Amino acid sequence: MITLLKNGRIYDPAHKKNGVIEDIYIRNGHIIAKPAASEKIGQTFDLSGKVVMAGAIDMHSHIGGGKVNIARMMLPEYQQQYQQKQAQELKGLSEPEAHICTPHCSHHATPSTTDTGFRYIEMGYTAAFEPAISPVNARQAHLEMGDTPMIDKGGYAMLGNDDYFLRMLAAKKDQKAINDYVAWILHATQAIGIKVVNPGGINAFKFNQRRLDLDENNVHYQVSPREILQSLSRAVHELGIAKPLHVHCNNLGAAGNFATTLDTMSASSGLPMHLTHIQFHSYGTEGDKKFSSAAAQIAEALNKNKHITADVGQILFGQTVTASGDSMMQHLNAKHANPKKSVIMDIECDAGCGVLPFKYRDQNYVNALQWAIGLELFLSVEDPWRIFLTTDHPNGAPFTSYPHLIRLLMDKTFRNDAFSKLNLDAQAMSNLASLDREYSLYEIAIMTRAGAGKLIGLNDRGHLGTGAAADITVYTDQPDREAMFAKPDYVFKNGELVVKNGSVVKVVWGVTHTAKPAFDIGIEKELKDYFDRYQTMQMDNFKISNDEIASDGHGQVVIHHNSKG
Amino acid sequence: MNNPNYNATPLNATCPACGMLCDDISLGTASELTLQNGSAIACNKGIRFFERSAKTSVSTVPAVAGKQTDLESAISAAASILRNSKQPLFAGLGTEVQGMRAIMKLAEKTNGILDHMHSEATVSNTRTMQNSGWLTTTLSEVKNRADVILAIGTDITGSHPRFFEKLVQNHDSLFHKPSPEVIYLGVTPETPAGSVIACDTAKLPEFINALNALLNGKELHTETVAGVPVKILSDLLEKLKNAKYAVIVWSASALKIAHTELVVQSIVQLIAKLNENSRAAGLPLNSGDGDTSVNNTSTWLSGYPTRTRFNNAVPEYDTYHNTTQKQLASCDALLWISTFNPYAAPNCKAPTIVIGHPDTPFESMPDVFIPVGIPGFDHAGQMFRMDSSITLPLKKLRDSGLHSLSEIITMIETKLAVETAA
Repeated sequence: MITLLKNGRIYDPAHKKNGVIEDIYIRNGHIIAKPAASEKIGQTFDLSGKVVMAGAIDMHSHIGGGKVNIARMMLPEYQQQYQQKQAQELKGLSEPEAHICTPHCSHHATPSTTDTGFRYIEMGYTAAFEPAISPVNARQAHLEMGDTPMIDKGGYAMLGNDDYFLRMLAAKKDQKAINDYVAWILHATQAIGIKVVNPGGINAFKFNQRRLDLDENNVHYQVSPREILQSLSRAVHELGIAKPLHVHCNNLGAAGNFATTLDTMSASSGLPMHLTHIQFHSYGTEGDKKFSSAAAQIAEALNKNKHITADVGQILFGQTVTASGDSMMQHLNAKHANPKKSVIMDIECDAGCGVLPFKYRDQNYVNALQWAIGLELFLSVEDPWRIFLTTDHPNGAPFTSYPHLIRLLMDKTFRNDAFSKLNLDAQAMSNLASLDREYSLYEIAIMTRAGAGKLIGLNDRGHLGTGAAADITVYTDQPDREAMFAKPDYVFKNGELVVKNGSVVKVVWGVTHTAKPAFDIGIEKELKDYFDRYQTMQMDNFKISNDEIASDGHGQVVIHHNSKG
Repeated sequence: MNNPNYNATPLNATCPACGMLCDDISLGTASELTLQNGSAIACNKGIRFFERSAKTSVSTVPAVAGKQTDLESAISAAASILRNSKQPLFAGLGTEVQGMRAIMKLAEKTNGILDHMHSEATVSNTRTMQNSGWLTTTLSEVKNRADVILAIGTDITGSHPRFFEKLVQNHDSLFHKPSPEVIYLGVTPETPAGSVIACDTAKLPEFINALNALLNGKELHTETVAGVPVKILSDLLEKLKNAKYAVIVWSASALKIAHTELVVQSIVQLIAKLNENSRAAGLPLNSGDGDTSVNNTSTWLSGYPTRTRFNNAVPEYDTYHNTTQKQLASCDALLWISTFNPYAAPNCKAPTIVIGHPDTPFESMPDVFIPVGIPGFDHAGQMFRMDSSITLPLKKLRDSGLHSLSEIITMIETKLAVETAA
């Protein structure tokens, strides 16, 4: 059966379509060229006046795995408050920060897997990528993502703090051996990209180091974060993995960390690298409070270094939780937890994690400035193909606040009005009000669709070209961009109508996107020996089979062939 | 033990008998089922599990009102009990991830109350984590890094038999550390792997709080704490402070003290304070029967760990009210589940459905009994290890024809849906 979406205003940056009126034809879940007149059209949606984009892709959102579940377990009060709020149908929005957080945002930092899928699709998002899968914990991450309905999933496997890799680096193994290991990890964990969190730092914390700078050695291995970044970015590049190395820099959240971030940009020697939640890494030390915005320097460097991409990790005010693989910095920051509790873990000679509840307050100097820094970055980075819209869910804010964030980017008056209500000292330290830029619908479509799809290497998602999967979101064009993006008229997932007027009308289960570059299976001999001697599980059980993901009848593994095939 | 179902190839098994989830078990060749772990033999607990599983009859059939019947009638009878119940109690919950996934769906549709058989201990840990958080570690970190291990109120091996063999007496470790010094506090094992500080279990809170006071620089104006000379406390503290990586192990189920979570809280505080200057981490032992799997699965599916109930499909979390003990008296139906071990259902006046191990014993037959396969023996599955970070596949080791719990639960759910619609 052919479905016709008629007369929509198309924003499809992958094909340079900026608001053209066109028809879209769908058959068997894919977008097809205009069929012959003789072919029967099964159903037609008249989209006259409506805005049509590909389904949005969240390229960095903590939606599944150990630390997310720890956050849920530690904070049942979030779920309780959410349920109460739902039950009251959002009546009394009496919170003092209500001007920042809005009726459309449940601001629920620890949604169940079902809620995660529903809230995403209701906003027109059709895929989300878990950016921090620790390889030993990958099975849990996939179990949780497998129970997340409506959207496609995928993840980035964390390396660079695992003892296997650091031993290789310390032993000066050749790049080929590193590449084989990186590829093996992608296969074993069913991931589509590689991430490094606080390169070397999580491991160093286990040796009682409390901070690690880019050129400081891990005391045991005597290797530096810079060497780790070089090695891993090269491996990702040489293996032809589309998604550039996903880097959570050293010194997260520390005043003055922008210098580390700038230095990190040079660490890959010109190879592609993605710096994630860069807002948390753009802090200077100026002013009375020794905490200032370095967004201008970071944006300038991003504009100059075309091999670097970044997502922002915007904070929005309200109660949330920060869940990170960065046990070193989360332990250091545990004193700022609100309410005051934290779960920190050393994990299996592989990784770590730190989970702290956090309340961002608009009258707190640091929080207010963090908010401004994120927006300064968005508005000062020129190329929307190289900057991505994230809140590092739930670390900066829950993903349900995206419509609000989009309005902040698209509506200068709204933004400046919000800014004027912040902590006054923070206002004095930010140039936000002088930034006049307003994002266009086309630029939003780049950041949240075309750019994200291209970055991850999802050839058939993020655009509306012939052959693309028919993940399509339809909005009513409204001056209030938050209202517009919070509640699409229609969302199609693989050509099926799944959301109507912001509510789910059909439950579907997405696929799991992976990348599986070729490698020398001979490395398993050494790996098996390592597992037998040092780990507490068998190598074979570390690996996740396709069947495990498909076993409950919901899941399916999709392999994206890398550029060098 | 002879079992004709085995072929000539050795089977690699994952042992669900305790939270260590050993997956280095090789089961038998030819018709002989033997347990091998390299040259060593797996632990007694594991052997008992596999031997009992192998002897389990595959011909046990369902029963309704004590009379043998076919599966379909049993499913109908179970569905009928649940349909007539306003708030059934789902207790036991001895299962792995796939079983729990199915149970959650059924509970959502029937307003079920969910409580695991070992949740008393689990909840002491969860509450502590919810109050203050904690800093913990995992088995491979213990194996490779621990140089001091303090076991509080547990000999560890009683519940986790291969702990010392695999994690303490290992010859290989990544950083060439010496064998860890093991110190037991408040427990005297038969064959200790280290020194013992004798202390009444009831006085452990006093002891640990005094350690905390000392660590915080307070002076103790006494010569003994909990009957132990203060010198021993300060020596212990020095060892913990000087360790490169101290690991403190406790078992909430072994701490048979009122308000266990307060003791756990003190232990967690001690670890947090130690980490201001050196490295230390906690390792809470679990109790078994899939407790860690059930708790995790419930958490991602409903947003809450167990001791929840569904009210019009909305989960509610209450660790005080939603206990088996409390709800047994007031529930209008009981669904008892125990698939790893043949544990009997508690006595309950309400109509009772038992879905579980084929050898489940009965004082009096329940209204419905449906035997199911043993996870990790009769069917595959996924199970969380005690440290939560690791989930391992359970293997299918024989073709018994027994349905898995998730299959049976799904059949009941389908039956309910069909008959409700009709």
